[in-house]
Amino acid sequence: MAGDSRNGEAGANFFGFMQGNSRDWLMGSDGSSRNVTACSPEERKLELRLGPPGGEEFWSTKEHEKKISSRGRDEALASSSYFSHMVPAQTSNNSLNNMNTGQKFSTASTAKASAPNVSQKRTAPAPVVGWPPIRSSRKNLSSSSTSNLKPPPKSQDVVSNKISGEKPAESTGKGLFVKINMEGVPIGRKVDLKACNSYEKLASAVDELFRGLLAAQRHTSHSGKETKQEEEKPISGVLDGTGEYTLVYEDNEGDRILVGDVPWDMFVTTVKRLRVLKSSELSAANLGGNKQEKRSLESGPSSR
Amino acid sequence: MAEEDGDHQPLRGSDPPDQVLDTVLETVLQFLTCRQDRNSASLVCQSWHRAEALTRSELFIGNCYAVSPARATARFPRVESIYIKGRPRFADFNLMPRNWGAHFRPWVSAMSRAYPWLEKVYLKRMSLTNDDLALLADSFRQFKELELVFCEGFGTKGLSEIASKCRQLRVLDLSDTEVIDDAMDWISSFPEGETPLESLTFDCVECEINFEALEGLVARSPSLKKLRLNRYVSIRQLYQLLIKAPQLTHLGTGSFSQSENIQHLDDNQDLDYHSAFAACKSLVCLSGFKEVMPEYLPSIYPVCANLTSLNFSYTNINPQQFRSVIVHCHKLQNLWLLDTVCDEGLQAVAASCKDLRELRVFPVHPDEDIEGPVSEVGLQAISEGCRKLQSILYFCQRMTNEAVIAMSRNCPDLVVFRLCIMGRHQPDHVTRKPMDEGFGAIVKNCRKLTRLAVSGLLTDKAFSYIGQYGKLVRTLSVAFAGDSDMGLRYVLEGCPRLQKLEIRDSPFGDEALWAGAHRYYNMRFLWMSSCRVSRLGCQEIARSMPHLVVELLRYEEEDAPFVEEDNNNFSVLYMYRSLEQTRNDAPESVTIL
Repeated sequence: MAGDSRNGEAGANFFGFMQGNSRDWLMGSDGSSRNVTACSPEERKLELRLGPPGGEEFWSTKEHEKKISSRGRDEALASSSYFSHMVPAQTSNNSLNNMNTGQKFSTASTAKASAPNVSQKRTAPAPVVGWPPIRSSRKNLSSSSTSNLKPPPKSQDVVSNKISGEKPAESTGKGLFVKINMEGVPIGRKVDLKACNSYEKLASAVDELFRGLLAAQRHTSHSGKETKQEEEKPISGVLDGTGEYTLVYEDNEGDRILVGDVPWDMFVTTVKRLRVLKSSELSAANLGGNKQEKRSLESGPSSR
Repeated sequence: MAEEDGDHQPLRGSDPPDQVLDTVLETVLQFLTCRQDRNSASLVCQSWHRAEALTRSELFIGNCYAVSPARATARFPRVESIYIKGRPRFADFNLMPRNWGAHFRPWVSAMSRAYPWLEKVYLKRMSLTNDDLALLADSFRQFKELELVFCEGFGTKGLSEIASKCRQLRVLDLSDTEVIDDAMDWISSFPEGETPLESLTFDCVECEINFEALEGLVARSPSLKKLRLNRYVSIRQLYQLLIKAPQLTHLGTGSFSQSENIQHLDDNQDLDYHSAFAACKSLVCLSGFKEVMPEYLPSIYPVCANLTSLNFSYTNINPQQFRSVIVHCHKLQNLWLLDTVCDEGLQAVAASCKDLRELRVFPVHPDEDIEGPVSEVGLQAISEGCRKLQSILYFCQRMTNEAVIAMSRNCPDLVVFRLCIMGRHQPDHVTRKPMDEGFGAIVKNCRKLTRLAVSGLLTDKAFSYIGQYGKLVRTLSVAFAGDSDMGLRYVLEGCPRLQKLEIRDSPFGDEALWAGAHRYYNMRFLWMSSCRVSRLGCQEIARSMPHLVVELLRYEEEDAPFVEEDNNNFSVLYMYRSLEQTRNDAPESVTIL
């Protein structure tokens, strides 16, 4: 689902401590430690610690084994400050209260020390699943508007922003969705470029997405006359100019370019939007841009 | 008292039913609409129970697993509208597996046989498929209203079934609901000719629609009062619709910006949006603005004076832009905002909107590590300007007890107080003390409070306040708070009206869980995730309370290798009362004790 992000693997680790056995609790739910990266001495100095006297060493190594993900985020600080409020479950309630009270205020003051002025950024704890409690539909809103805590630009600028600063392709952890429209079809679709790893796959995705819609369009335009079921013809030849339609894309500079010239990986990073246009109406003039390897069409003097 | 608990066995050896009495009862009970009253009436005696069951036309199912469709349809044979809630709220934040349950299928199947005259279905946090919608469309000839809130599992194909087959459809409202793009032009599926449509809400649908078809539909729906468009509708298109439907009372504006299609740039003649809005004399509720171009905002000035509800929660505008709108909105009662309006914007609200009842401030950056644009300053201003405030949801990065206490004093009518200080365990940023006193003041001074969500650094003291003073609190949300089991015990041993308790990442364990055993049959549900309860503790509860369903959910990381079932490993405890046996539609990651 677009926008649905699991905020960090650290979140999963937080759910590990659900039983009374403290060793299991520290080690993680399945008893195995996650991917380990060594913790630098600087990071170790910065981390907040809570532990019974003499237990420091145990805490630092075990915690780090558990907490540091392969992404190498600095979670040590965060996890320590978090754990300073939580104590192994087998400790008696009394000592629990004492430790917590004692540590909590020191954590609070440490937190203050690490962010003494309101204007300074405070150190971010590792992200946790589902926190803050905002639904994914409300996330990524700052990218969907041209103005962002600034005075409104002149309308001209805004309009040109809309062309070149088009909303970037939505990228979630799992897919790269790009809008795609087909000429003559009123409904646009979205295609996941991460799921295609080549132009051939993209071409067949186009066929998949639009075959039915196109047939429905043809059917309504020939209504009453033809056979009841319009045969769904596959959409082919979009890449080589042989088909009824040709695939074209718009890049981050707003230029329209034929699909297929640049290596796939490069294409994926620059494509912002796809269009499926009637081959007969394409001419060199409709395509812009200064890409070096733009395919040159045999026909068509530039008429614009 | 819930309807599902009222299902008593009839008394043995009682008198045969008195026809006259029953008729009188039924005639009179028809007028009882409030479900709590109906529940009470049904407990009086066998006759009343029967008469009430025969006359209940609106059925409310607060938890779809508390009672089975068979039982519900057997007891209430004449239902015309049904309201079903599925997943608990924390599921919205990815804390539950996607396929956890709450399927509409068993309900729609049972109802298709039991309630052929069903008119209205309202679902919240349920999963439904295209086939379910098709069954619905086929089964109910008189079907009039479908409202889906926070639902998922179906696509435009299902919508198409509803649109084409439900000839009496008046309301089709999708709110915060995921709709799969099945490449189906569902707008075109509405039948030709005049429609009885009164409300069409699809602002959450993330697929393009056939605008021409929509235009046609609006033009032939003279009763249409509520129209909420999705972000694929440009402001030019909105104009075309507005001039066809000036009778609208509720409008969701769609993107409120120009289309991205470059060709349209040639039509740079700006349309007279101002007049189009001015013609909508009945407009009272405005939302949308999903990709707002702020220079178009002045077009809504003509309707501001009449607005009672304004939703700018997807609208990224700065304080100045916001102020120029809000100064006109004197009648506003409901306001949803993005925090990009800053404390300044909230001060403008306090100055202009004296009638404000509900305020929600959402964060544009839901992170924990940035300086937030709203703070205690905004909250204080609102409390001073909007004395009639009843409901507030406020996301911020920093807060003070002082401001919260001020709100508790200035706004005694508060029914809902939800404060989310996004940094975990954040104290009062001025005094560095816990937020105990602030929330304490809220429960002490706001005597009508029924819903409370707490955040920030909180000790057990805060919970002792809540338990002691939260006499009417029905819903309590807790995250990253408390010191020990006592915190939860205070709440479970206090708060006499508590129904829904959702807790995450707080140090409450088995002892506290036990402390509430006497209450769980009187609650809708208890949710505890990443707390200190153990499987053993949960098993004890499950063993001693047969009508309590105790579910343990395992959190599964998608990329992790499959782990052999570890009996002690679970992330979420979700338990609820139920009249039924264990459900059989739970996925692998759910263990039901």
